Amino acid sequence: MNNSKLFKRISIGGAAFWLAIFALAPNLLVLAASFLTRDEASLIAPVLSLDGYGAIFDPVFLGVLGKSIYLAAGSTLLCLLAAYPFAYTLARMKTRFRPLLLMLVMIPFWTNSLIRTYALVFILKSKGLLSTALLWLGLIDKPVSFMYTETAVFIGMTYTLLPFMILPIFSSVEKLDNRLLEAAGDLGASKYKTFRHVTLPLTMPGIIAGCMMVFLPALGMFYIPDLLGGGKNLLVGNFIKNQFLVSRNWPAGAAASVVLTMLMLLLMWGYHLSAKRLGKKTEGTAL
Amino acid sequence: MRVLWNTARLLPVYVFLYLPLAVLITFSFNSSKYSTAWKGFTWQWYTKLAANSQLVEAALNSLTIATLAASIASGLGVLLAVALFRYRFKGRDMMQASLFVVMMSPDIVMGVSLLLLFVAVGMSPGFWPLLTAHVTFCIPFVTATVYSRLKGFDPHLIEAAEDLGAGEFRTFRHVILPMIMPAVLAGWLLSFTLSMDDVIISFFVTGPDFEILPLRIFAMVKMGVKPDVNALSAIMVGITVCCVFVSHLLMRKRK
Repeated sequence: MNNSKLFKRISIGGAAFWLAIFALAPNLLVLAASFLTRDEASLIAPVLSLDGYGAIFDPVFLGVLGKSIYLAAGSTLLCLLAAYPFAYTLARMKTRFRPLLLMLVMIPFWTNSLIRTYALVFILKSKGLLSTALLWLGLIDKPVSFMYTETAVFIGMTYTLLPFMILPIFSSVEKLDNRLLEAAGDLGASKYKTFRHVTLPLTMPGIIAGCMMVFLPALGMFYIPDLLGGGKNLLVGNFIKNQFLVSRNWPAGAAASVVLTMLMLLLMWGYHLSAKRLGKKTEGTAL
Repeated sequence: MRVLWNTARLLPVYVFLYLPLAVLITFSFNSSKYSTAWKGFTWQWYTKLAANSQLVEAALNSLTIATLAASIASGLGVLLAVALFRYRFKGRDMMQASLFVVMMSPDIVMGVSLLLLFVAVGMSPGFWPLLTAHVTFCIPFVTATVYSRLKGFDPHLIEAAEDLGAGEFRTFRHVILPMIMPAVLAGWLLSFTLSMDDVIISFFVTGPDFEILPLRIFAMVKMGVKPDVNALSAIMVGITVCCVFVSHLLMRKRK
């Protein structure tokens, strides 16, 4: 019996210990650092101040934040538009190849995202595939480089994050009860009406989960704007990175990081509420 | 007709997902150095890659970190999943919520916060901070995978084991562990690939003495397209394809 208690204690205690040290403590440290003062010699001086927040209520940072939200929201929308018809079709197809088709979505999801971003350079650069294709179609008359533009960043984000949108939507469509759709049809609903009033609400948890899983990483991303945007589109991610590693203003970086965390918690809270309203548990996320 | 319609809706996404990778792999065999046009087939970038000791070392470092991180995260993640599944204790909801938060935290926030932790305790950036960081972001994924498999099982099996006099540890060892093994392996592979994939968190916690592959690639790509990077990327895509196939086979046993 003692042995039993021991196992329980070890498993719960070990987990709690790890989470406290490596999840809770670091976040508290960031919060603390955001209220301290910048110091040339030791990076951070233990003097309370709001300088960190002063730096981020600056128009420059607000512009960066706005731009990040715009790019992340745009990418999320693009992902949703591309993923929904795809995931819906895939989930409702009656074929024995379905597991294989789903696996083909997983492969890019698991491939190094840096390498995938890099692979896009071949498509986007001048004389790249996209430019050549447009030239061939006669839409442009000389090679155009898409590198270092906002379009490139949108394409890059959508490309890297698309599987995060497909998988949750797929699993919510898969759970859809066919009888409900038939019932709607029997009651005289048109295809559009069935979709609008039955399919869409029932797959909403998948849509919301997918949007969160795309929006949050998109917000903090720094290597896609660095590589494809040429550093012209400064995002919150780049801002935080620069504050920590280039300008060495840790309180400002920490404050920006706190803002990002707050935004995440707000979104998660919204997700939790909507999931509760839809009668689903938030346990065991869409992975 | 229906098949055509379905294909028309599926194909563009697959083309979008795979075209860049296909182009990348093709160009890794292109003998032109500036890789704008096809100049014939060559293996030279692969041999050049093998001779690039900096890259090979970074790759070995990455493999070491990924293997260790995946193994430790699997161990801790399984304990956590079993604890959450079996016991009702104070702070259980908190624990679940914090796992979810760790999973959803933007990488950059996690990178920065771990950097502060390591600075606060006086750890210099390098191998150990990198390993602990990777373990930390892998754990929630293992726990989620294992937990969802545990939920799919008949709870009577565990009750039966207990009725027959097995203690907690023996139940875990002889009943639960064999049941969840495929999920554990899938979680391990997921962690392994997550660890190999991570750029942002590693960027903050590793130092100049310990370089890993994604960061080395990042540095190289920033300086311009290099054919041996194409070769390296092609190899990594190949490894991923193998990992996904294996984990898929493991998870299929579920049904």
